[in-house]
Amino acid sequence: MWLVTNWSTVSPMLVQHIWLAVLPTLFGLAIALPLGMFLRTRRRGRAFAVAASSLIYTIPSLALFVLIPSVLGTQFLDPANVVIALTLYSASLCVRSVLESLDEVPEGTREAATAIGFAPWRRTALVDLPLVIPVLAASTRVAAVANVSMVSVGAVIGVGGLGKMFTDGYQRNFPEEILWGIVLILLLAVCLDRTIALVAHGLTPWNHERGLAASAKRLRALSRELPESARLQEAVRVR
Amino acid sequence: MFADFIAYLSVESNWTGPTGILIRVLEHLAISAMAIAIAAGIAIPVGLMIGHTGRGQAPIVGLANGLRAIPSLGLMTLLILFISSDIIPPLIALVILAIPPLLAGAYSGVAIVPRATIDAARSMGMSESRILFQVEVPNALPLMVAGLRGATLQVIATATIAAYVNLGGLGRYIFDGLALYDYALVLVGAILVSLLGIGLDALLASLVRVARPGRVSPLRRDTALHAEIARRVA
Repeated sequence: MWLVTNWSTVSPMLVQHIWLAVLPTLFGLAIALPLGMFLRTRRRGRAFAVAASSLIYTIPSLALFVLIPSVLGTQFLDPANVVIALTLYSASLCVRSVLESLDEVPEGTREAATAIGFAPWRRTALVDLPLVIPVLAASTRVAAVANVSMVSVGAVIGVGGLGKMFTDGYQRNFPEEILWGIVLILLLAVCLDRTIALVAHGLTPWNHERGLAASAKRLRALSRELPESARLQEAVRVR
Repeated sequence: MFADFIAYLSVESNWTGPTGILIRVLEHLAISAMAIAIAAGIAIPVGLMIGHTGRGQAPIVGLANGLRAIPSLGLMTLLILFISSDIIPPLIALVILAIPPLLAGAYSGVAIVPRATIDAARSMGMSESRILFQVEVPNALPLMVAGLRGATLQVIATATIAAYVNLGGLGRYIFDGLALYDYALVLVGAILVSLLGIGLDALLASLVRVARPGRVSPLRRDTALHAEIARRVA
């Protein structure tokens, strides 16, 4: 199998691909989260951030890869160009979902936290932040999958992880290499997507056990504790 | 650096001729429009049917989301080794790219129409096709146009990469510039394609607003009725 015999050339590309896709996702998150929290109540700053993020998202990835050296003065073949460009995309995508999901936190929850003595910054970290995790995880997954795919575009400017298998396979007229590149990129996208979903699941224990089966389990446990409740016994029997 | 860009634009011969800016913009728009039209021909009927019947939702929407993860550069380079044409391989890759947002727009647009609205239409005796085209589609239009906007954004961006496999369009400047170490030319391509994307996106954003239902054009408005309402309110 081509992949096995050529693993020594593929593995450094795979490692580079993982770095080039994961770092921007993390950087984007690290920018979007505090920025969104800071801008939530600031109307002008917020409107500006939303407009800027949709503008950034409109710039094609290849154009951004080649524009960054001219704007920041980096070298043309510097992997930093790809990391910076993808960080901009990830941050643009996440900042909007941070803002929207913060809006969804019920005002009553915030007031309750203040009433029991949370300082504003503690309330933000311990009440608002955990509640935005599900929405934020969803947009981080979209950003991560998009990053995995966009890194390969970098191959045409010499920095593209597994994307090099596309340019190389094209130049040597060798479809098998391209096919393996696509397969590895799809697998990488699935792995990253699942990893983020699992991390988010682990971070939100209060969201587990929401289904009908979980509800039946709780009812049965309750009926054992309160054997004298006829209504409860009946409800459990019906289930 | 932007001085180089302005300098390039100010030379008249760079605008005309078979490799001039005007031709490159037209090529870029033509391949993009073709890809979006084909994708819409596939995705919109399927999306409307899923939304209308509520059947086949999980497998088809799942498949469409899977399509999003395929790297376009890989697909283009792979197809071009099997299909001896300059235009068909990138076109297929662009169509595949445009299908998921269009499908999601059509499907979710129909799916969010309130059930009571559709029940009302059915109880008035509207046929299924009239319900689809006169009730569901007008209500779904804003999300369908939003899907078109997303698809256009991605297709314009990816058509740039298609120049790598010898397609025309604005990506040509970027790849020719890279090959010749002429970074001014690279910038011309990058800036022009960004401007094209931003312009089209702004255009489609305003189209989303126009597509909102309940906006009756002044020509179709019953002026006598409105005058009567205004008189009674006063």
